[in-house]
Order: sequence, then structure tokens, then C-alpha cells
Amino acid sequence: MKHLTEYRSVELVEQYVAELHRTATRPWTLMEVCGGQTHSLVKNGLLNLLPPSITMVHGPGCPVCVTPLNLIDKAVYLAEERGVMLCSFGDMIRVPGSQKSLLDAKAAGADVRILYSPLEAVRLARENPHRDVVFFAVGFETTAPANALSVLQARQLGLKNYSILASHVLVPPAMEAVMQDADTNIQSFLAAGHVCAIMGLDEYLPLVRRYGLPIVVTGFEPVDLLQGILMAVRQLERGEARLENQYVRVVRPEGNPEARRIIGQVFETVDREWRGIGTIPGSGWAVRPELADFDADKKFAVTIAKAPECPDCIAGLVLKGIKKPHECSQFGRACTPERPLGAPMVSSEGACAAYYHFASVETQDVASLQISKL
Amino acid sequence: MILSCPMPKLDFDVITLGHGSGGILTHKLLEAGVFDLLRNPLLDTHHDGAMLTFGGPVAFTTDSYVITPVFFPGGNIGELAVNGTVNDLAMCGAIPRYLSLSFILEEGLTMTEFWQVLVSIKEAAERAGVQVVTGDTKVVERGKGDKLFINTSGLGEVHPRAAISSRRVQPGDKIIVSGPVATHGIAIMSVREGLAFDTTLESDTAPLNHTVRALLDEFGSGIHLLRDPTRGGVATVLNEIARDTKTGVDIRQAAIPVLDEVMGACELLGLDPLYVANEGVFLALVAAEVADRFVGMLQSLPYGESAAIIGEVVAAHPGQVVLTSRIGGRRVVNMLVGEQLPRIC
Repeated sequence: MKHLTEYRSVELVEQYVAELHRTATRPWTLMEVCGGQTHSLVKNGLLNLLPPSITMVHGPGCPVCVTPLNLIDKAVYLAEERGVMLCSFGDMIRVPGSQKSLLDAKAAGADVRILYSPLEAVRLARENPHRDVVFFAVGFETTAPANALSVLQARQLGLKNYSILASHVLVPPAMEAVMQDADTNIQSFLAAGHVCAIMGLDEYLPLVRRYGLPIVVTGFEPVDLLQGILMAVRQLERGEARLENQYVRVVRPEGNPEARRIIGQVFETVDREWRGIGTIPGSGWAVRPELADFDADKKFAVTIAKAPECPDCIAGLVLKGIKKPHECSQFGRACTPERPLGAPMVSSEGACAAYYHFASVETQDVASLQISKL
Repeated sequence: MILSCPMPKLDFDVITLGHGSGGILTHKLLEAGVFDLLRNPLLDTHHDGAMLTFGGPVAFTTDSYVITPVFFPGGNIGELAVNGTVNDLAMCGAIPRYLSLSFILEEGLTMTEFWQVLVSIKEAAERAGVQVVTGDTKVVERGKGDKLFINTSGLGEVHPRAAISSRRVQPGDKIIVSGPVATHGIAIMSVREGLAFDTTLESDTAPLNHTVRALLDEFGSGIHLLRDPTRGGVATVLNEIARDTKTGVDIRQAAIPVLDEVMGACELLGLDPLYVANEGVFLALVAAEVADRFVGMLQSLPYGESAAIIGEVVAAHPGQVVLTSRIGGRRVVNMLVGEQLPRIC
């Protein structure tokens, strides 16, 4: 495990934890934006190692969790009613739509396939010229280059049977939305390292200035996260507000200009609805009008009435960091990964699922909940 | 691929519905291939079943094999069907003796493929020291099966010193894993559609009965429980044990052997090796006083070189598995929900 072992070193973790205990003199509330970071914090039991004065709030950075219900309904409709070969990343297919998930549609006979790359879907389109192949292109800035590349590749190959159902979301507008919420108490952000590897650092500077808070671009391993938290807390303790990059081994200040060029060829910025949060201006990417043939939404002209969300699910409050997953009355009771009421309980990047799967032994009442189910 | 037993000359190349009719074609198929290849006095009677004699307690198990793809790095469905059932018997503390072998073949399966599977069944049975004594063949229409499905049932004599039972599990017992986990599942995933990635990984499918028998000879009732963490992986089996025995299970992430390449693939695919399937690994819960000697001996036996103590049974948190992460955090390890699905980013 080259380049990973050192970021999981027990000695380094202990050093950073000790340093955090020395550094934090007051209560601080930080938000890690990215679901991958939430997953890592909980999975590695890091939250129990932090000083009690530091509260980590889990942000809306789970692309699966924020994909609108209506779009999942559209994907199900395309697979079931229009007979397309619907290809998707794995954790998207278990997310409940208003009636069913893609997994339910698959069980009922629809052609739903789990792929790791949209380029695989292009290959399937080439091999099955008489089938329409649709790739469910969800994700943050991280997955956009590959999704854009698949469209360019399909166009170059002259494929008429490939399109994407796109629901790309962008991190900085979501952070903005969190800060504009009257109930927010976030004092600093850990920004998502992988997103910045594509987009670079500049787009976070306005947030630092406007809200006067430290933002630390952070990686995903235990040592990365603790280092990122320490950098943020040091700034907070000194009353500073700067943009820092903890993840220098991956993130260059300018990001990846070539990837952004490819994104720009295929996508344009639009207002986007976030499940559980609502519409955030300029927070998404949609396929450019001149590539409408590759935009499943336009190609199949799907209109599906918007279904209401489950009234018992507080996903929006969880995604904005206002409530912790286990503060929901349904958590672990009516809402479990087997029977999720909302998306954050589905994806392993979702805060609710992370809390459920990796319940920390000391702090969780999930433990007693689960024992009562035995 | 060179087969150790060349395929007999046949006047058909693919399996047709007629081969499942019970008539001439069925006989041709069996006479030309199956019976000759798997010869033994009990099978040679060609009766509706095998008449067997046992002197003492018997363990009995059954398992069906529906793996995709049928041929995978490091093996195929045939040896899996032998090893899997042999290992289930071994986990009961039994010495496997006899197997039944039932095929459900899909119309259109080529004889070449079927023969490859049969040969690997023969070789696996020889390695495990078991005899196939009865069987059945059915054919389903094209599209109703995935090349072929296999069911094997197995009978074995319970080892005279074995006392394997979840009732014997108690706080203080050490939990031992016989080898690196998640290898089989990742090897299979590496050749699945949409997932294919380049790897030299091979399935760890193996017969564990000789290894287990040697351990039973030596430690007898010091071995409280044996489990075969196939589907659902180590995490699922440990959860079952914790629930069944109303004890707690504590494991240490750093102690669990995982091949580097498997770990890398798990990182890439967003999978937790604790939940990935194994085919040549077992878990043993043994009395604390024999644990070190048990691991020492296991490391000297086939398929046990990387054996390690990964944790223990505790009185705290009954019904739950708790993992201490490499960096000292503690968390609950739950049962898997549905299929392990890869993460997006």
C-alpha cells in the first residue's frame, strides 16, 4: 500500500491527536464537506480521538445523497418504460426514488448495470448498436471529467445510442448555501481534496473573504484529516481566516486545467436542485445545448411529476449539518440501510449510513438499538 | 489450457435439451464423460443412489454454486463446488467422505467447457480425498441458466476428538483466521463485466479438510468453533457468531491479513475486505490456552502460512462485533446490507 501506509501511521495519528488536544482551548465547530471524508472519519473511529471541544459537522458532499428524487424516478422510467440499458455507479442504484430504486427495477427485469466508469458504458453502446445506453452521470467535480470524456468519445465514434442523464453538483455553491442558512454554526471548512485536484484552489478564496473563516483543502486518510483539522483549529485559535492546502501531494493550486477544459466542452453551469436542501443557484453542471443528442433528459424528453419527499426524513437538516444523523427520530428505527427513508442512509458516503455502519462504541445509542433487534 | 484428461470423442459439441431427457443422449453424455472420469465402486453401480455405511456420527451439508463467471482466475465452478462442500464438512469437525454432484446445464454449453469443469471436479475430489457417489444432470433452455449451475451435498464422519459447537464459545476464546482475506471475491470481481481490471490475483479456493483434520488431531476439544467465511466475508460470520452466542467479538484491524494487491483493489473499488468473499480461508475460535500453539501449527500446514490471531471473544457488548482500527479508533462492524456496492468517489 505504497503512499497510503504513512498516512495511516499510528505514531503520526497519536502525534496529531496530542497536538490537537494542546492546541484547542475553546469549542470549535468544523464541517468536512465531503462524504468521503465523513466515511473515513467514522470508519477509522477518528471522531472519538478528537478533543471533546472540537465538533465535526458532516456536510452535503455526498453526490448520491443530493441527487434529486425526480432524477432517480427518471432513471427508473428510462430503464423500465423506454427499455434503455441504464448504467450507473454502484451506490446510486440502491437509492429509493418515489416508488422504487434502480435495484428494484433491475429485480423486476429492467436492464440496469453497475459500472465503474462511463467509458465502459460507451463500450457497451458500441457493442449493442440497437440498444439505447444511458449512463447515470452523478457526482461532484471529481467524476465530471470522465463523464464529459464519455460524451466526447461517443461523439467521436459517431454513436447515436449513447447519452448521459447528468446531475453534476458543485462544492463551493453548496458551502455558500450552508453559510447562508440562519441556523448554521460552522466556523471552518475542510474542503474536499479530490474536487480541488480538478478545480484548483482559487474558487474558495471568495468564501474565505466573505465569511471570514478558515478553509483547509484536505485529503482522506486518517493523518490527512487530523492534519487538516489541526491546521483549521490553529487558524481559529489565532483568529485567522486563510485558505490552506493540506493535500499538497495531490492538489496543485491551479488544479487540473486539462480536465477542466474537457468539462467545459461538455457541461455548462446551471441552477441545480439538491435533494433535501432545495435549489442552489449556479450549483450544477448540465450538458450543453449543442450536445443535446447526448443528454438523456432532452433526448427522451422525460417529464415526470415531482413526488413529495418522505415527511419523516430530516435529510436536509443532516446535509446542512444542522442535525446529526442520530438526532433523527427515525434513525435506526424506521430508517436503516435495509429500508432507507432518505438518501443519506443509502450511500456509504452518506452521513446517516456512516453513523449506522460504523457506530462508534462509546457514543452511539445505535448499539443498543441493534442489540434490541437481535 | 491443457487438460490432464483428454476429452473423449463425441458426436456432439454442445449440450442440447436432449441431454437432459434421460434418453440416449443423456446416457451418451454420462457414459462418455462423467462416469468414466469420476470412477469409484459406489458410482459404478449406476443406481438411483449410493448405499453407504458409517460407524458413528455423520455430518451432512449441501451447497449450490451459481458463480459468474464460470471460469475465473485461479479456478472454475467445478473445483469450487467440491472445495466449498468439503470445507463446510470440515467446519463441522468432520472428515469429508462422499459427495453428490448435480448439474443444471444450460442448452448451448459447449462440451469443451463442460469437460473442463468435470476434470477440475475430478482433480479437486482427489485432492480432498472424497468420492462422488451419486448425481444428477438436468438441462434447461438457453437463457434459463448461466452456462451451468452445480449442487453438491456432502457426507463426512465427525472426527472423534471434535466438539465443534457455538454453545462452546466463551469469553476469552481467541479468534484465528487461517489466511489472507478477501482474495477470492476480488479475483472474481476483476473479471466481471464493467469491473474488469488487470491483476495477477487468483481465487484462494482450496480444500481445507486436511489442514483442519491435523488441527483436530492435535487440539481436539480445544477448538470450540470453525467457520468458513464465504459469502459476506469475515464480518458477516463474526456477526453471526456474536448473535448466536450472545457474546461480544473484538477484532484488531492491524492483525487481519490482507494481500497488498487485494487491499489496493478494495481501496480502488471502495469495498471493505472484511465483507468480501473467501473460498480457502477459515475462522477458528479456540480456547485461549491453546491459541498460540494452534496458530504455530496452522502456519506450518497447507493454506495456513499467514494464519493470525485477529481478536477475541469478550463478555462486553454481547451480540456485537467491535473493530479497533489501525489507528486506535473503535467502531462497530455491522452485518452487510444487500450487496456490497462500490462507492462513487
